[in-house]
Amino acid sequence: MTHDRPLLCVENLKVYFQSNGARAHAVDGISFEVREKETVCIVGESGCGKTVSALSILGLIPTPPGEIVDGQIIFSGQNLINLDEKAMQKIRGNHISMVFQEPLTSLNPVFTIGDQIGEAVRTHQQIDTEALFQYCVQLLNDVGIPSPKQRINDYPHQLSGGQRQRVMIAMALACDPDLIIADEPTTALDVTVQAQILALLRSIQKKRSMSVLYISHDLGVVSAIADRIYVMYAGIMVEQGNTDQIFRSARHPYTQGLLASLPSPSKRGKRLHSIPGTVPNPAYKPKGCPFHPRCRQKILSCQQEYPGMCDYGEGHLARCPVLFKPKGYPG
Amino acid sequence: MNMVEKKLSNDFYIESPLPPKRTRMQEFQRHFGQNRLAILGLFIFILFFCCAVTGLFLTSGSRPIFDPAMVRLQEKLRPPLAKPNLDSLQPQEVPALGVYLMGTDDLGRDVFARMLQGAWVSLTVGFVAVGISVLIGIFMGGIAGYFGQHHIRTDHILFTLALILGTGLVIVNYTFIGIVIILLCLAYIFYSCLARHESTEKETPVLKAVLHSNAVSVDTLIMRIVDIMLCFPSFFLILTVVALLPASIYNIMIVIGLTSWMGTTRFVRAEFLSLREQDFVAAAKALGLSNFRIIFRHIMPNAIAPVLVSATIGIASAILTEAGLSFLGFGVPPPHATWGNILSNGKNFIFDAPWLTFIPGVAILIVVLSFNLFGEGLRDVMNPKLRERH
Repeated sequence: MTHDRPLLCVENLKVYFQSNGARAHAVDGISFEVREKETVCIVGESGCGKTVSALSILGLIPTPPGEIVDGQIIFSGQNLINLDEKAMQKIRGNHISMVFQEPLTSLNPVFTIGDQIGEAVRTHQQIDTEALFQYCVQLLNDVGIPSPKQRINDYPHQLSGGQRQRVMIAMALACDPDLIIADEPTTALDVTVQAQILALLRSIQKKRSMSVLYISHDLGVVSAIADRIYVMYAGIMVEQGNTDQIFRSARHPYTQGLLASLPSPSKRGKRLHSIPGTVPNPAYKPKGCPFHPRCRQKILSCQQEYPGMCDYGEGHLARCPVLFKPKGYPG
Repeated sequence: MNMVEKKLSNDFYIESPLPPKRTRMQEFQRHFGQNRLAILGLFIFILFFCCAVTGLFLTSGSRPIFDPAMVRLQEKLRPPLAKPNLDSLQPQEVPALGVYLMGTDDLGRDVFARMLQGAWVSLTVGFVAVGISVLIGIFMGGIAGYFGQHHIRTDHILFTLALILGTGLVIVNYTFIGIVIILLCLAYIFYSCLARHESTEKETPVLKAVLHSNAVSVDTLIMRIVDIMLCFPSFFLILTVVALLPASIYNIMIVIGLTSWMGTTRFVRAEFLSLREQDFVAAAKALGLSNFRIIFRHIMPNAIAPVLVSATIGIASAILTEAGLSFLGFGVPPPHATWGNILSNGKNFIFDAPWLTFIPGVAILIVVLSFNLFGEGLRDVMNPKLRERH
């Protein structure tokens, strides 16, 4: 791969939420980077901090309960954390845009889709009405909405879920951003539409040479589109690597567990594997490795210390105490 | 639009047959048309509006066609549709229609002319008072709903209170103390602006820490003000204020407006609270829209429907309040007729001349009812969830 310059670089990001006296460590020191023209996936269970990290990139964390405590978010040379609201508004939608999880509620019910796409454009550019109309029709055509000239005057409730998600993607594309953050864009859609939306995202990414930060809990989806994958657990990155490394030679027990839970033809008729237990409460995380209560390979030191990332070469990193010790150590 | 469509038709967009499009107005008409009571309400409202506007022109000026102030003592308490006794009247005293359409009152004034004059008062009172209350309500409710979680610092509250105190003292002629307090406030602003630039010192004195602590959230402040306002029995508050202020129709409109915004505020706040958490607001933020645009372009149109409905019903209650005030003699000063003071005059002759109370009473009833019906029809049409059931 030739695209090595990092477009977005998140370093040691910590986002904490204050609730009822307890401090929820929703994102607890994650680092990742998205290079130009690359699709990066963040994978993890519900509640592990994927969405929070995506929102904090755009500065959309609701500030009275939430707070970015530490870290840097460097986007094309600027630290987004230090920017004020005015400067952030210029970045949102224009340089970084976002596709949300629920296409059913992400569109304003009282405006036509043409209005909403047009607004996305007009917020950042000066454009006259006729050119805007043509541009919106063009965008709708690009995202595969049939008869866009007529559909442009439709209200969101007149569209199907898949079409609404296409409209959301059109809005995200409106200002030709450098990076699109897609926060589980296919979760609310059925499987055939899901495949169409993924294909659409990929073709658009190729055509427009953008980067995509794709957030998902669905490893099947991730394997189809990702260049590189970050596995997240309880606000921490536990493993990172390119798609091959993660799917062929996962190191971390959590990643291995996730992969074992995937259905596949070879497991036909057998019971699917599942990781016992649930994600810890982000306000009361276990000491040491956050995964150790659910880990089958845990050893004594798992409860006390948590080492940093261990490098396995070629960008494959994992963070697990066990991997530092010989296997079969009495636990 | 046609030009654009022609240009685009050459391109190879995938076209498929679609059902004929209805515009938003057509949809509205279709749904509204099914609600006969609402249509009736709208019809009466338009009739009332026309009457009020024509009434304004017919009853004002130096020689009005219908003179509501023309006193004919020999023709007092004539029943409706009575013919005037032409022998005892001067030519200019004969009513314009040649008949007392709604009778005459105890001074022989034509009740029809007085009703026409009063219609305009009721209309303007309704609209101006509700306009004021809706504007205040939307503003306060929008702030409480959207910025509710932000906190106000103690020093800002103290400063505002001091400023109000200072202004109050100046107004009640303690000029020196008042001006000193206002100057102190200005000095504090100046000082805090200076201090902001050199706020690198880490140790803060206790006083400063107390002053800079968060006192209340915006939401708490506004909603407690609403609660306080709701605690006053508003009709008596209006009575008090009207008794203190010079009696004029504009004062009454303003006072009714200023004492009836609380319901709208609560409505708007509740709508904003739920709409603020909607995904489309987050999506709008992610597109880089400013707070102002999000509030007024994205949230307000979604929140406006219940406000409009409560406004139409509010117009009805403002008309009632004005009529009540006039009935009690606190309303528009006497020579000018309003439905309330026609009613109030008529109550002395209720057995001799029942039309003096019935005509304005029934007029108030019909207008208020029509506004309520129209408001409920609007609510049904504007709420898409109720609309789907038709």
